[in-house]
Amino acid sequence: MCAIQLSGIQKGFGSTSVLSGVDLSIEQGEFCVFIGPSGCGKSTLLRIIAGLEDPSEGDIRIDGVRVNHLEPAKRDVAMVFQSYALYPHMTVKQNLEFGLKHQKLLTAEIDKRVAAAAETLHLTPLLERKPGALSGGQRQRVAIGRAIVRKPKVFLFDEPLSNLDATLRVKTRVEIAKLHRALNTTSMIYVTHDQVEAMTLADKIVLLRPLAGQEHMVSIAQVGTPLELYHHPANRFVASFIGSPSMNFIAGEVAALASDGIVTAVAEHQINAAVAPGALKAGDKVTLGIRPEHIELGSGSLTGNVAHVEYLGEHAYVYLETELSRQPLVAKSAHQDIEIGSLLRFNLPATSLHLFDGNDVALPRLLGSVRQAA
Amino acid sequence: MKKLTLGTLLYYVLVSIVLVACLFPFLYTIGSSLKRGNELFATSLWPAHPSLSNYATLFHDQPFGAYLLNSVLVSGGAVVLSLLVSVLAAYALGRVSFRGRGVLMMCILGVSMFPQVAILSGLFELVRWLGLYDRLGALVLTDLIFTLPFTIWVLVTFMRELPKELEEAALMDGVGVFTLIFRIFMPLLLPALAATSLLAFIGAWNEFLFALTFTISPEQRTVPVAMSMIAGASSFELPWGTIMAASVIVTVPLILLVLACQRQIVSGLTAGAVKG
Repeated sequence: MCAIQLSGIQKGFGSTSVLSGVDLSIEQGEFCVFIGPSGCGKSTLLRIIAGLEDPSEGDIRIDGVRVNHLEPAKRDVAMVFQSYALYPHMTVKQNLEFGLKHQKLLTAEIDKRVAAAAETLHLTPLLERKPGALSGGQRQRVAIGRAIVRKPKVFLFDEPLSNLDATLRVKTRVEIAKLHRALNTTSMIYVTHDQVEAMTLADKIVLLRPLAGQEHMVSIAQVGTPLELYHHPANRFVASFIGSPSMNFIAGEVAALASDGIVTAVAEHQINAAVAPGALKAGDKVTLGIRPEHIELGSGSLTGNVAHVEYLGEHAYVYLETELSRQPLVAKSAHQDIEIGSLLRFNLPATSLHLFDGNDVALPRLLGSVRQAA
Repeated sequence: MKKLTLGTLLYYVLVSIVLVACLFPFLYTIGSSLKRGNELFATSLWPAHPSLSNYATLFHDQPFGAYLLNSVLVSGGAVVLSLLVSVLAAYALGRVSFRGRGVLMMCILGVSMFPQVAILSGLFELVRWLGLYDRLGALVLTDLIFTLPFTIWVLVTFMRELPKELEEAALMDGVGVFTLIFRIFMPLLLPALAATSLLAFIGAWNEFLFALTFTISPEQRTVPVAMSMIAGASSFELPWGTIMAASVIVTVPLILLVLACQRQIVSGLTAGAVKG
């Protein structure tokens, strides 16, 4: 069942349009993450769903009912704000109760829900404190608790972890994943710019991006599961956004079409990519893409000069200067003893390569490669 | 020990000048109010035999307690009304965007530019028309003219600084505008409210011209007017002692109010609302 359906959502501020025709449906119980570069309108989209902003065009349906005209509180959604937005003059308990009291719920029911939420979020000993006396992580939990007690159909998170320090962020991320499992019929929409959060939490990622040539216009670049976006990016923007360090891109042109993919000519070399050729023909300009973790170092016909090495403990990133591209290729290596200036052999496996046509749209990777990669 | 630089020296000299300028008249008033008879014309700051007889005379010769009560009612009423109106106005002017907001703000500021005398006759007609002449209500109403522009402007500034997310969180919790203003914003504005209401109170407490014009009977008299009418046994005598005693009595409530509100003014209540 569709919990939330957005159709043709447009949003403009004054004469500038921000969101252009967003269509999206989110299933009941799904954890959906909006991600994209900063200022790409992902928070605006969330706020439109919440009812804090009105779309210029388009419909929002929750459980099949059009809610465009409904106030935020009537939409059965709850929101966790980036800055928590706790009422500073009320105790934790009063903060949790406040919304429920305005729904005119029975006191017994309110007490039950508050106690249950406090128990889940380990807030019971803090109930009589005021937000000023809480740590950042505790305030965050109160903010989540305030959303839980309302038992909404949809949870909205607006960058909830961005104000926490790194350790706490990882801990809270796990807590949110657990919470989603516990409330398995509640849909969650989560806005973030952190792709680790997106990859670890999401059932579905919605990647937003500015439209080509119109920097202030935003549309959806791709919708899919985290692994779909990782293995089958729809275009070059998605390919470069997902994954860290970013995918390597090599400009080339189609040399020949083969049964198992496309042969591309880059500089003096011929590189095979296992993708369906689509409408490509020999001579077309294309871009090859390969992730650092998929470059095979140590053997192969290609060579590169080690320009720089970043050691991260368990592995290292090697920056290779090659004749394939002006930018050095970044490759992941398990070895820790790579000398700067040395010559390394490497291979770009055909099944790990992505190929983008002249419009930066990805060509479908052949099925064999999917199994291998996934 | 900290080195005494020219800067700090100058600082303390200036502070002492300000202190003396502010406090000496008050000290002199207290001293004089405790003097009797010919002692009043002695040069000493403090009487050799302090006595409270001036205070006794003050309350004995006229219903000074009733005047005080009138003043409290008028000032209190003006403060409560102006806070109520200005909190609502500040929400609209500070947090709701509508056409002509800037013009409206300027108009409100403009109101405070007119000298009291300039609007006195117009107000007199208004007060008569409302049937408030010679009633305390007239003073409460007219005092709003100089308290409101000031309280609105101050509160708008504070209102604008409250985080937007708080309002949105309240919206998500489904509260109406009035609950938002009175249950969420007002407690956060307490320091600002304390400061503005204090100044509004002082303004209304000291108000003389309107009180003189719009009331006539002794029952409706406020302290500033009553003080101007304190007369001696003969028309040639000015009862300095009694006037000084009255001055002390009208000043003490203000000092107590400032002391009481001091903590509210200083304490930052918004701590913990959002990050940090």
